[in-house]
Amino acid sequence: MQKIPSFLDSAVKYGALAASISVAGIFLFLFLTLFSNSIPSITLNGLDLLLGKIWDPNDGVFGGLPAILGTIFSSIFSLGLALPLSISISIYYTEYAPIKIRSIISTVMDLLAAIPSVIYGIWGLWTISPLLKTHFQEPIAATIGFIPIFSGPAYGLSIFLASLVLTIMITPIISSLSIDIFSKTPVHLREGMFALGATRWEVCRKVAVPFAKRGVIAAAILGLGRALGETMAVAMVIGNSYIWPFSSVSIFSPAHTITSKVASEFPESVSNALQFSSLTELALVLLVISLSINLVADLMLKRVEGGG
Amino acid sequence: MDPRKTKELFIRTVTTLVSFSVALPLLWIVADVIIKGMPAINFEFFTSLPAPFGETGGGVGNAVLGTLVINAMSSLIGIPLGILTGIYQSEYSSNKKVYSLIRTSIDSLAGVPSIILGLFAFTVIVMRVGHYTALAAAFALALIMIPPVSKATEEGMRSVPIEIREAAIALGLPKWVITLKVVFAVAKGSVITGSLLSFARISGETAPLLFTSLFSYYWPTGINEPMASLQVLIYNYAMSGFGEWVTKAWGASLLLLLIVLLINTVVRAVSKNNGGY
Repeated sequence: MQKIPSFLDSAVKYGALAASISVAGIFLFLFLTLFSNSIPSITLNGLDLLLGKIWDPNDGVFGGLPAILGTIFSSIFSLGLALPLSISISIYYTEYAPIKIRSIISTVMDLLAAIPSVIYGIWGLWTISPLLKTHFQEPIAATIGFIPIFSGPAYGLSIFLASLVLTIMITPIISSLSIDIFSKTPVHLREGMFALGATRWEVCRKVAVPFAKRGVIAAAILGLGRALGETMAVAMVIGNSYIWPFSSVSIFSPAHTITSKVASEFPESVSNALQFSSLTELALVLLVISLSINLVADLMLKRVEGGG
Repeated sequence: MDPRKTKELFIRTVTTLVSFSVALPLLWIVADVIIKGMPAINFEFFTSLPAPFGETGGGVGNAVLGTLVINAMSSLIGIPLGILTGIYQSEYSSNKKVYSLIRTSIDSLAGVPSIILGLFAFTVIVMRVGHYTALAAAFALALIMIPPVSKATEEGMRSVPIEIREAAIALGLPKWVITLKVVFAVAKGSVITGSLLSFARISGETAPLLFTSLFSYYWPTGINEPMASLQVLIYNYAMSGFGEWVTKAWGASLLLLLIVLLINTVVRAVSKNNGGY
């Protein structure tokens, strides 16, 4: 009688432990696999993989700089657009929005975040790209195209379009998190300000914004992490070309990111050992950046929750 | 007018406009997918194989089935592992170091870009077996499901009121009964919510499939072979630029969008009514 429960007790306990250890182990194995497959590239390409401008598998030249810059530029550009939008939404949500509108806003955010990235991709590719080309990029290239970053020809598919699509994809993520943080502003501080005759904006600026600042930065970092790793939407709208930013600095020119480069070349690279290793090293670079970013954001959010 | 009031009005107007304008992309995408996808939808669309390049007609039946099969396999691996790790985190990890090591690994796994999970599955499975296979896709997608399911389980179980645990302990129940039949049973709602949302999430994942299950123009005959999926079909057909295929891609997008948004809407409505757990 006593034996069966104690057996089941250890079965449940060690079963759960074994599952946890194997998941942690898979993560470690992922890291080690990427690292060991990167070794040929690290030894043969050296710093060229990070700093080289030319990628030519037939010549054995693997410079990843345009893809790395593409990833950094598109992520920071989209964050630059998404952050002010998200802060505005959080302020409207916490200060002005009636309850009914609040639930509409959170539903819209949830649904935007749930749309598969390949659907953002097809929408960007077939709907937004032609509109953007004729109604935005071409007029701008025609008027201020003498400024190199706005110069034509306008292809539609471009690093600019990729950044716009990323903006729409990360705004709901940053907004939802910062709404949570703004909502945690201590009520007594807010009420104290109102009692002094402050307007809602003054309460927001003097109490809510300073209170939420650190958390919003953490939310922005998480959004950045999401943008860095996004693949399908970017690969479908960025035009997949290595001309940016060295042959053409224009934001209207097609480009590559680490993810689009890996997505378009990785499976075919098995026959070229160094190309395979170089793409793996690019993925490793992305992995290290993504993990560091998530770690920093998590620590900041925990401090907000613990110390707030 | 009082400059403070003017400023207040200005901020209010700007933030209101911004907040309403973000609904625009959602409405636009949904309307666009419906308008461009509807013409592709008919009976044949669900039941037929893709027509050869250049021919009209045909359907995406094998891709619908493929997505379902891959999702089912991923869920079979990912949900139990997620639940077990969640149970361990919530109930059994008395050692703080072990806890934070496992928690950090699972959180980090959640932060790995999905294309890298695909690359990993390609390297360790596809390259070893020598051909594209849906099993590798299930492995990669399961890794996406584990962290959210684990987190939902842990949080659900942690939020079970102490009184319920105490009552169970007072009854002299063994630990495993308390864990599985009392605490886990109470937390089940949270676990189901987390599992369904992660199911919706993998239904849209495309990047890992490009390196694992790839695509097939035939009905699946086994799980250890390349398999069509709605996601990869949308990508391939949209990028092909061929009119008939692009229409099919929109039709497939409509189907995928319906599945994903339906799961999300239902789950959120139900979990709101249950007030948490």
